[in-house]
Amino acid sequence: MCRVVDVRQAVLAKNDALAGALRAELAARGTAVVNLLSSPGSGKTALLEQVLAGTSARGVPTAALTADLATENDATRLARSGVPVKQVLTGGLCHLEAAQLRTQLEGWLPAGTRVLYVENVGNLVCPASYDLGETLRITLMSVTEGEDKPLKYPTAFGLAHLVVLTKTDLAQAVGFDRAEFAQNVARVNPGVELAETSARTGEGVEALVERVVTVAQGGGVHRPAMAVAGPATGDPAGSPS
Amino acid sequence: MHELSIATAIVERAEETARFHGGRVTAVRVRVGEMAGVVPDALRFSFEVAVEGTALESARLLVEEVPARARCAPCGTGFAVGMPPLLWCPRCDRPAQELVEGRELEVTAIELEEASV
Repeated sequence: MCRVVDVRQAVLAKNDALAGALRAELAARGTAVVNLLSSPGSGKTALLEQVLAGTSARGVPTAALTADLATENDATRLARSGVPVKQVLTGGLCHLEAAQLRTQLEGWLPAGTRVLYVENVGNLVCPASYDLGETLRITLMSVTEGEDKPLKYPTAFGLAHLVVLTKTDLAQAVGFDRAEFAQNVARVNPGVELAETSARTGEGVEALVERVVTVAQGGGVHRPAMAVAGPATGDPAGSPS
Repeated sequence: MHELSIATAIVERAEETARFHGGRVTAVRVRVGEMAGVVPDALRFSFEVAVEGTALESARLLVEEVPARARCAPCGTGFAVGMPPLLWCPRCDRPAQELVEGRELEVTAIELEEASV
């Protein structure tokens, strides 16, 4: 005898529920999480070094958590900014999950932190599916990666609240076509804001810090069309029906 | 390769259902949207790995792929966004406000074989 039981539950319901709870909990403590997604080598860490220093220089209590498969190199670099930094080694896992983030924050996140930057594992595929309870999700890419990257990784770019272009000092050398890039971003995420930065020249860093601080102070964020997607949320309580 | 984490979550969900209703799981039906960021083939492969040593060892994973569709709020046109996606209305060339379908990543049903009495 065979029977079919209807379940109708989002596979990531558990992560989504945990992320929602973490977002509320952090909001109550006055902390906004900024989730940074990009490919390896896009210049996330170099930019973040400056952004951390810039955020902190404005008198905004800042902290950073950086995730990698291995090595503590990034934490060492980020610590130069003088803000509290924690390295998370995922031990081979290609993305961060909300439960993991919560565990890492317990007993570490300094009281009064206003902005917590989370440098996700360098990967444009897997991290896109996991809400970490962030207030602002930024997807970054460098000019050397090609104008069509948003089309190749539509979920990562489609769910971003803000898209940041890095290494713009190299744009001319690699013949980067800004108009084509902007068009491709608009294709997958109409209306999303684009920011240009160069960690080498410092271009755009202050503007980015300004953007983050505004969001942390309760300023609105863009609503990606892809995030308004539909029915894939189940009963987070998870009782089989 | 987060498909393995996802396959593991699917197996856990199916195990819970089987415990609640009784019986042996013969198949798990899932819906995977085109924009879910999950590759169906990788998920099938990961599922075979994830079921090893569990009560689902011989269960099949039935994947229904859901094409991504958006809707233009002003003119009401529904359209397939395609791959790579274009979230602009083909009728009035305005940006789509929402993706109606295509981000699903859900377990829809579990097929159970009841133990004979």
